[in-house]
Amino acid sequence: MGTKTNATTASDQNAHLTTPTRLTGAEILWATLVGEGVTDVFGYPGGAILPVYDALRKFPIHHILVRHEQGAAHMADGFARASGKVGVCLATSGPGATNLVTGIATAMLDSIPMVCITGNVSSKVLGTDAFQEVDITGITLPVTKHNFLVSRTEDVAKAVREAFQIAKSGRPGPVLVDITKDAQQGTAIFDFEAAKPKPYRPHPMLSVEDSGLAQAAELIRSAKRPVILAGHGVIESQAMEQIQTLAERAQIPIALTLLGLGGFPASHALNLGMMGMHGEAWVNHAIQEADLLIACGMRFDDRVTGTTATYALKAKKIHIEVDPAEINKNIKVDVALIGDLRQVLEQLLPRVGGRDGSAWIKAIEASKGAVSVHDIKNLPDSGHLYAAHVMHDLWRITGGNAIVATDVGQHQMWEAQYFHHEHPRTLVTSGGLGTMGYALPAAIGAKVACKDKEVWVIAGDGGFQMTAAELATIVQEKLKINIAIINNGYLGMVRQWQEFFYESNYEATPLVSPDFVKLADAHGIPGRAVRTRAEVEAAVQEARSSNGAFLLNFMVEKEDSVYPMIPAGSALHEMIRRPDSDPLEERADDK
Amino acid sequence: MLHTFVAYVEDLPGVLTRVASLFRRLNININSLTVGRSERPGLSRLTLVCEASGEAGHRIRASLFKLENVVDVDDIAQAPSVTRELALIKVAATPQTRGHIFDLVEVFRARIVDLTSESLMIEMTGVESKIEGLIEVLREDEGRILEICRSGKMTMRRGHHTSGVLRAMGTVTEVEQSANATEDNAAAKLK
Ligand SMILES: Cc1ncc(C[n+]2csc(CCOP(=O)(O)OP(=O)(O)O)c2C)c(N)n1
Ligand SMILES: [Mg+2]
Repeated sequence: MGTKTNATTASDQNAHLTTPTRLTGAEILWATLVGEGVTDVFGYPGGAILPVYDALRKFPIHHILVRHEQGAAHMADGFARASGKVGVCLATSGPGATNLVTGIATAMLDSIPMVCITGNVSSKVLGTDAFQEVDITGITLPVTKHNFLVSRTEDVAKAVREAFQIAKSGRPGPVLVDITKDAQQGTAIFDFEAAKPKPYRPHPMLSVEDSGLAQAAELIRSAKRPVILAGHGVIESQAMEQIQTLAERAQIPIALTLLGLGGFPASHALNLGMMGMHGEAWVNHAIQEADLLIACGMRFDDRVTGTTATYALKAKKIHIEVDPAEINKNIKVDVALIGDLRQVLEQLLPRVGGRDGSAWIKAIEASKGAVSVHDIKNLPDSGHLYAAHVMHDLWRITGGNAIVATDVGQHQMWEAQYFHHEHPRTLVTSGGLGTMGYALPAAIGAKVACKDKEVWVIAGDGGFQMTAAELATIVQEKLKINIAIINNGYLGMVRQWQEFFYESNYEATPLVSPDFVKLADAHGIPGRAVRTRAEVEAAVQEARSSNGAFLLNFMVEKEDSVYPMIPAGSALHEMIRRPDSDPLEERADDK
Repeated sequence: MLHTFVAYVEDLPGVLTRVASLFRRLNININSLTVGRSERPGLSRLTLVCEASGEAGHRIRASLFKLENVVDVDDIAQAPSVTRELALIKVAATPQTRGHIFDLVEVFRARIVDLTSESLMIEMTGVESKIEGLIEVLREDEGRILEICRSGKMTMRRGHHTSGVLRAMGTVTEVEQSANATEDNAAAKLK
């Protein structure tokens, strides 16, 4: 690991932030990052970014060496989701830059503020197919909020500062800054203040009109069966308090999107839970029966609406959203309040009075009926290990206070169903892109951002293998991260689709995996396998109390499915319910 | 339906790609696109015409605004406006056959801008239907048209209309003055 031999005192280090100084482009990059408050970056070196690496020792920024650039992007993303700050990753030109792309797209689809720095070949040879040259600004154009190609040293600071501003303002997103090698090597006067971008221009189509607020308030007042739909925007605009006030004052139940989980306490009496494809029946029924939907910072994604043709036909719809391009995109709405969610709610709340919501809330409560009885977590221990049990126990044992980074698949949905998130930024998950391989690197980013927090990875046996190389990063960085692999021997979510929609033709979904405990051991990470529910508690406690990282390989029921499920393209009320038979009963073909 | 967007965009490399890429992503074909300098330093003005559903207009405009280099977008829709197109048409014509074309050019209020013993070039500005009309008539004489170059449509609203965005940026003279002032400042700083 690099030692900062040349490091001087902190005040000296930051002198160039106040006094214009001549620096190389590489130094300007770091100085600008310091000025923007960056403490950690995730990256991987190579020829076209070497000047930047060479200059790192002079700056008070910690660099985390990843094992694959996709990991760097997911780490920056996890860092951002857990902390609310802008995550930063760094890669070289060509393959280094292209390896970032999946991670950038993941952040784009979930509106995560992130700045990605790539080196590129010298400006003199741009466009000549020089060694490791790739048009990364062209490649990432559709998956970044914006990107920059910087070929002059004097433009570095301005581009980087603008990148930060763009990444975190309005609807956040990833921004890429591609810097040619000669721009890194040249020198220019660094003037941090002068490089400050123009004030951010809010989207000109934002519009919160008095008439709209009045209309919304009237719809809320007169609604008999209202439901609030809360999305990621609640967390991004920090409107947790406002949404809770709205719900409590007007006694309106709240349904959450996957990315909205944590934006409203799971334990709150008005919290219905997650909506959509794997939402509980009563949540989706409530939406279908509602006469008013108040959509807050969510975008009516197809995973939450099912077919739009039959979506909430009885409901008037109020849409509070920061991105004007989302209005009427998937679902036509009656009132659009286009602006920052928190600000809009603050304007709306004075117009909203108390309401008696008890009849509707009781009706929803009644509709839960037997569903919760069939719920796996309420069933007695039969000796089998179900993923739902693992999630439920993890939640119980950690007191729900841990940050959980999940991968993508069945385990992700079980986590969303059974790990009850009380606080924002405690669930780190790829919703929009659904990127397998996300959990492990994202957890590393989250841990780096929140050093004092308990961090868990919950990954499938499939997705874990996509980025398992980052185990070494955990070791090199000495991070205390707990890893739970939900090992069902299948690409489980795909197997489930094959079972339901392709006559159980399990093509390419059975999965041979290494012994994950041995794999961890090879990295110097202790771990153990867990085969029964009785072992779960002790194993989780062992992991938590272990000094460093720890891996638990949960050998769960192989052909279990996530219920309920709305088949893609079906109506929200047409769900595949939990099987009526006791799922814990031994069947002849079990095991 | 046909949509016409007029946008002010920063005059920088790659900006047109961003605009075009948005339409590519939406799987919308751009019927015509004209770009040139505007009255404001550093900003180009473009007119983009495309075919899309009626409701798409709002979303396209909102999405265009999300591009960092796009400063203003006007969806002309049904607003009173003037639309023009420029066409250059080269036709084969000998001294013997020219006379007929001269007549046509006169009727269509076009102009002859180049003349050789084998060909001549017609310049015509007007609405799309007029230009199509001239081309159609010329086509009636087979083999006569050698080349056609059309600019695509340029549109401007009628009347004294300035968008809120541009108004907020100040009048052209104010913008120029402040641009000069910043340059002066920068120059002063360097000294
Ligand atoms: C990179 C990537 N490739 C493919 C998919 C499609 N996919 C979604 S879930 C899934 C199965 C995941 O299997 P596993 O990681 O074992 O989790 P499980 O569903 O078994 O819990 C697949 C292949 C994806 N989401 N991401
Ligand atoms: Mg699996």
